[in-house]
Amino acid sequence: MSDTTLTPPATETPEILGFTRPRAIAFALFAAAIVVLPWLIYPVFLMKVYCFIIFACAYNLLLGYSGLMSFGHAAFFGAGGYLCGHAATQWGLPFELAVLTGTGTGALLGLVFGWIAIRREGLYFGMITLALAQMVYFIALRAPFTGGEDGIQSVPRGSLLGVIDLSSNTALYWTLAVIVLAVLMLYNRIVHSPFGQVLRAIRNNPERARSLGVDIDRYKLAAFVISAALSGFAAALKVIVFGIATLSDVALNISTEVVLITLVGGIGTIFGPVVGSFIILLLEQFLAPYGPWVLLIQGIVFMLFVLLFRQGLIGEMQRRFGLRL
Amino acid sequence: MSFGIVTDLILGQMVLGLVNGVFYAILSLGLAIIFGLLGVINFAHGVFFMLGAFLAYMLGATLGIGYWGALLIAPLLVGLLGILVEFALVRFLYRIEHLYGLLLTLGLALAIEGLIRVVFGQQGLPYSIPPSLRGAINLGFMTLPLYRAWVVVGGILVCLATWLLIERTPLGAKLRAATDNPRLTQAFGINVPLMRTITYAGGVALAALGGVMAAPMMTVDPAMGTNIVIIVFAVVVIGGMGSILGSIVTGLGLGLLEGLAKATVPAASSTVIFVAMVAILILRPRGLFGKMT
Repeated sequence: MSDTTLTPPATETPEILGFTRPRAIAFALFAAAIVVLPWLIYPVFLMKVYCFIIFACAYNLLLGYSGLMSFGHAAFFGAGGYLCGHAATQWGLPFELAVLTGTGTGALLGLVFGWIAIRREGLYFGMITLALAQMVYFIALRAPFTGGEDGIQSVPRGSLLGVIDLSSNTALYWTLAVIVLAVLMLYNRIVHSPFGQVLRAIRNNPERARSLGVDIDRYKLAAFVISAALSGFAAALKVIVFGIATLSDVALNISTEVVLITLVGGIGTIFGPVVGSFIILLLEQFLAPYGPWVLLIQGIVFMLFVLLFRQGLIGEMQRRFGLRL
Repeated sequence: MSFGIVTDLILGQMVLGLVNGVFYAILSLGLAIIFGLLGVINFAHGVFFMLGAFLAYMLGATLGIGYWGALLIAPLLVGLLGILVEFALVRFLYRIEHLYGLLLTLGLALAIEGLIRVVFGQQGLPYSIPPSLRGAINLGFMTLPLYRAWVVVGGILVCLATWLLIERTPLGAKLRAATDNPRLTQAFGINVPLMRTITYAGGVALAALGGVMAAPMMTVDPAMGTNIVIIVFAVVVIGGMGSILGSIVTGLGLGLLEGLAKATVPAASSTVIFVAMVAILILRPRGLFGKMT
């Protein structure tokens, strides 16, 4: 990975908690949009978008800032969702603990995947994660607790801290709104922390990072586990929103979807996941009645962006206007 | 159950596993050759396999061309498509990071699979075994359908022919030279960009040939390509992409292993190759035939 196409321009010193001025403005705009949008768009759809923003942040942390290409994130997403659903329905765990179970499942699976896959680099890493995720898919297909083709149904939403009943879409919407903003801040914080700087050093030049005394495998594994945990978290929330965990959440198309969102939004950008999630999910929503056309259009968008807008929309904006978003 | 019946069962499943192994070998071979020269992991490889099967179906349904004709024509058509794809898409990737090659071919795979689903629907299509290959042969421990026997023999011959082409012909020598050092090879007056086009087209034509051979055994289904390419990725991780013969041996060997699992622990048969991959990564991370890097 010595070529430099992934590398953004040199980073300036972040201001507060990784927020530069343009980034703070973008964040405020996004917060404002979150407040206004439920009057324009169906809130359940927006909640789905927020879950995918969290998922795409998790993915971009890995691909964009650590240079690790995973094609297996469906495994963390699916497993996190299943375990959250199982915890809420079978163990009767409250909302917070069910989501925590999903997050922990993602982290644990990420630890195992990472431990295995980090032995190889680059394209092999991608192929290994893809194969491992397929294995998880086959296990999910056969394991009794996942409910096979039916999935886990009627997962209760529960209540927030035992006080606010989340069965109303309004209450759940504002909960998710706060969560997605918090995750975006956390993601920005991780990227611009000393830990994030080391990850970027490893991505840009692993040999140099190693010569500086960085235990690169340990850092890669840490990034992988954080990304997997956050993916499990996103999936757990999605299961709570829709009340169902199914095989489609653990299938290959989830992995390709998050790659597509990240690519379209901008690999290695903070707001890429936000923009990418809105665009791709809206596109899918419009194309949903046309069945297999979704796949065809997704594929074409993939190729267009790789060939023409490799930096993604946010990356392109950064380049044109010299902003750091 | 007597000991003899058990061994018969295991042997029988292993022979059937070898049939899958042939497909793994053909696909991982093409993947390895393309990666060697182009530096691109061709995610669309499975989709070209699927296209081979669909073309066989279409040639039969519209023009009345039978299996043997399809075996020749479908790989040619897919090879032409490969030339087009390399020329219009893949060649823009050589100077940029490898990652984008995987992303572009993933997009290509989605687009082609989507297109096939749009045109043919989601259902699988039937493709019958050619009359000359119906029937079965008695191997003593099992009766093997003649068609599967043909796939094993024909598939291994195809693999060996590819190996000979690369290791023993002037064209293969140029290819190996270009893989080893493209700039120096170019300096000797060999047209390396053309070699890349030929290699990509040849690799995907090989995949399509596999697809035609698979058509009478599996239902011709838009998802068949993606399903098999993931397994082939695991095969490639296990074998390493350094050696042609290594790819063939690994592919066949993993087919046998899958058959063995089907006979002994049926529940594990869909995951055994992935388990093998994990074991190899722990014990010998560079793969069975991989070079030290």
